[in-house]
Amino acid sequence: MSYSDGQIWTIIAIMGVGTYLIRFSFLGLVGNRKLPEWALRHLRYTPVAVLPGLVAPLVLMPNPVTGDADPVRIAAALATIVVGWWRKGMLPSVIAGVITYGGLQYLL
Amino acid sequence: MTSTTSKFAFVSGFWAGLPFIAVGFPFAMFFGIIATEAGLSVAQAMGFTIVVIAGASQFTAVQLMTEAVPVWGVIAAALAVNLRMAMYSASLQPHLGTAPLWQRALVAYINFDASYAISIAHYEKEPSLSVSEKAAFFLGSVSLMTPIWFLGTYIGAVAGDRFLNGFNIDFAMPILFLALAAPMLKTLAHLAAAVTSVIAVLALSGMPSGTGLLLAAFIAMAVGAEIERRRGR
Repeated sequence: MSYSDGQIWTIIAIMGVGTYLIRFSFLGLVGNRKLPEWALRHLRYTPVAVLPGLVAPLVLMPNPVTGDADPVRIAAALATIVVGWWRKGMLPSVIAGVITYGGLQYLL
Repeated sequence: MTSTTSKFAFVSGFWAGLPFIAVGFPFAMFFGIIATEAGLSVAQAMGFTIVVIAGASQFTAVQLMTEAVPVWGVIAAALAVNLRMAMYSASLQPHLGTAPLWQRALVAYINFDASYAISIAHYEKEPSLSVSEKAAFFLGSVSLMTPIWFLGTYIGAVAGDRFLNGFNIDFAMPILFLALAAPMLKTLAHLAAAVTSVIAVLALSGMPSGTGLLLAAFIAMAVGAEIERRRGR
């Protein structure tokens, strides 16, 4: 590794402080003031706007062997979404995803 | 935070966080392994895990360090990966904004993907929770995950790659996060935001790490909010 110990700890420290400030930002500085309605309207969609995008590349990631998108991953992701949406719960959703993933990997 | 309902909320959060241990522990161990293989000391690997406590950005930093990217480049890319957490912070504000400062400061430290996703899903399902119950739930959700995250990194850093053979966790994380997001698809606006997020992330995949997701999330939030505005809630 081409960095001095001082440089490595600098990276760690600045990343730590920066990440903390990012996380603290609104929660700390806006505090108990009420955000305007338009802002709340956007924020209501934060989880469904971030989480699918966070995992989409992992679901559609090409299989290292075939070079194509992996149908097993896609099927497992769809099963997770459909069951989670239908049952409105995390646990049935996870079970559906794991069974689909494991089952198809075993079969294919 | 001493009332019975807060204790109950803390315990509920603890149980809700439990499935994520199965992902978090190997993920943390993997970081410990990668970091020491890349040439970091055990103390430095632990420094990342305890001071930064954000897995994806830690992997990004170590990856760039193996490519000998300049210090500021490493920091900028890794922080870009974490920018989405500003949105988590803003999204939690209406729920936890009136909590005491020390609780908000603590929540900020442990506001990562899993704890945010678990907690916001719970808040949406149980809108009648008080602020102190919401804060207790959040802290409960990470009460085991955080020490496990530290311990996993340590074991990975010390033991190297001896343990990892046979673990296939790469697809556990997508399943867990989709399982949290799917029940939140309550309206057409939510569904449209989720679909937009996926399409935009793929379209923007050429952008530097983290920034594509951030822009995609902004677009998706705007789509959701606009549909809500036109149709009414």
